[in-house]
Amino acid sequence: MNQDRRIRVLVAKPGLDGHDRGAKVIARALRDSGMEVIYTGIRQTPEQIVDAALQEDVDTILLSILSGAHGFLFPRIMELLKKKGLGDILVLGGGIIPEDDVPELKKLGISEIFGPGMSSQTLINYIRESLSQV
Amino acid sequence: MEEDIEKIQEETKRWNKDCMGKHTFRKVETDWGMEIKPLYTVDDTKDINYLEEIGFPGEYPFTRAPHPSMYLGKLWTMRQYSGYGTADETNKRYKYLLEQGQTGLSVAFDLPTQIGYDSDHPLSQGEVGKVGVAVDSLADMETIFNGLPLDKLSTSMTINAPAAILLAMYLAVAEKQGIGPEKLNGTIQNDILKEYTVRGTYIFPVGPSLRLITDIFEYCSKHVPKWNTINIAGYHMREAGATAVQEIAFTFADAIEYVNAGIKAGLRVDDFAPRISWIFNTHNNFFEEIAKYRAARRLWAKIMKERFGASDPRSWMFRFHTQTAGSALTAQQPLNNVVRVAFQTLAAILGGAQSLASCSFDEALALPTEESVRLSLRTQQIIAHEIGVTDTVDPMGGSFYIESLTKKMEEKITDYIERIDELGGAAVAIEKGYIQQEIQESAYRYQKEVESGGKVVVGMNSYQVEEPLPKGLLKVDTEVGAIQIKKLKELKTDRDNQKVQSTLLALRKTAEGYANLMPPIIEAVKAYATLGETCDVLREVFGEYEGTSVI
Repeated sequence: MNQDRRIRVLVAKPGLDGHDRGAKVIARALRDSGMEVIYTGIRQTPEQIVDAALQEDVDTILLSILSGAHGFLFPRIMELLKKKGLGDILVLGGGIIPEDDVPELKKLGISEIFGPGMSSQTLINYIRESLSQV
Repeated sequence: MEEDIEKIQEETKRWNKDCMGKHTFRKVETDWGMEIKPLYTVDDTKDINYLEEIGFPGEYPFTRAPHPSMYLGKLWTMRQYSGYGTADETNKRYKYLLEQGQTGLSVAFDLPTQIGYDSDHPLSQGEVGKVGVAVDSLADMETIFNGLPLDKLSTSMTINAPAAILLAMYLAVAEKQGIGPEKLNGTIQNDILKEYTVRGTYIFPVGPSLRLITDIFEYCSKHVPKWNTINIAGYHMREAGATAVQEIAFTFADAIEYVNAGIKAGLRVDDFAPRISWIFNTHNNFFEEIAKYRAARRLWAKIMKERFGASDPRSWMFRFHTQTAGSALTAQQPLNNVVRVAFQTLAAILGGAQSLASCSFDEALALPTEESVRLSLRTQQIIAHEIGVTDTVDPMGGSFYIESLTKKMEEKITDYIERIDELGGAAVAIEKGYIQQEIQESAYRYQKEVESGGKVVVGMNSYQVEEPLPKGLLKVDTEVGAIQIKKLKELKTDRDNQKVQSTLLALRKTAEGYANLMPPIIEAVKAYATLGETCDVLREVFGEYEGTSVI
């Protein structure tokens, strides 16, 4: 990707879950590291998230969910991204997501799932490395 | 005595001089910016007037306890936050917990229920039964409480935007059990302001939401006199990152808004203030948590008496439920959480809790299993019966450190409340994003301290081990959504749909006017109008709250 352009990130909260401490802390940390961060706010539908990703022309989407509804919402988001021609975008997940569910989510094209206790630097490095390979 | 204090002051100075240069003292500061001294003596408490500021249990300003006999008269209510999947599964979990010695119920509802959507609503997909039990109609509530005598139990329901509807269902279940509303004990959360700031399960805008709350105050003061009509919550602000001082300050600011709303609606403060209850978060810092509850008791008594002129001593009393801190649990080495929960539970009891939910060690990963929730309940029982902390009232009272910290926290909380008063009260402060911003700052500061290693989290940023994937976690049946949708279809065929329509129409008319909303809501739920249908009527009349978010 273009080296002059700052990495653009969409931090999104799909579903009805209102827990966004993690999403906001991550958004802040990414912004402090020099990325452009757009936060959707809570209670977003898959359609709203994909529209925001398209409009904001982001390089990566970070999905945060703690309610356990990832099994329905993540596949729906990935399906809509493909439909809109955004199938190549880097999508990451975080929150409370059981390890058992991770292989299925990765099969959908979600690159990585980060759980509680991850440091923001780990995420920043992951995003930078993944995008520099594009 | 005065001579003694002078002598002690002199000796304290001498001790400081002797030791400060010679020994190493780690510098310690609270999360809210107060330096903690290496040593507290009578010198730190000499300005606290015992009779006015500390006093006696059960007497103003209640610093030591809200009741004279505390745990010598009655232990706290052991009330694990619980509910998942279908009404049937939840009913089984409640019966299990009661068999194990739990003494009250606390209902966790799923997100669609909390936001007023039926299980067949498009936005409910994937969420049904996940973080709590799914309730679509009175039929589900009948199943949840099947075989549980509501006149012998107290039930707390974590429900906010649609609190009036769930309360109406509870009253209807009781009626079917032959129990009048005057006999019911329990609590609804009914605290919408913190939904706007940190918890997110709002439906209606501020004005109509406050009307629903004050309608509940009024209705219950006449018909359900023992019901705690609001459970003002600091818990979720603390989970979102607030410090202990912010937790109490922002919760009291919300409370002041509710009391003002009640008075503005024409109610007498002493008619509803005695039914105000609280939920707070008992976190890791042991002495700070104890001091926090003592400061809160004293300050709330002063606010009610001096600011609102309440004259009924029950209006001055701060009675609280607490849950240990979910956000203090680690996903790494989850068994370490057993220890964290035990210390937090102990702090809650030394802080004088009336009701307590302790987290289970696996809750950073999933909803708790029967085994983990039992261990957590046993933790409460061991503290209650084995270690002697319930043998006298407020055993921490008089500790130089505790009394001094209590005083400092009271001052800091008061500063925050004054700042929010200047902004125009909690509703305005929320609209301006002030409270959200303050909490976010604390959350970010905490995260940076954890990541820099300045704050040690055992097993997470220190003392890590390679560990296998956790086993035996609870998984909610993925079929719950389909089961609920099938039940809804059957309900809509079996019920008297004309009656449903007429009760909903009556509700709409009341919502458009000014009369109390509780009676038509009760009629609608008794006719088996669904939660979603009832909320939809109110959505059409009241509109919906638009959330905003800044980072």
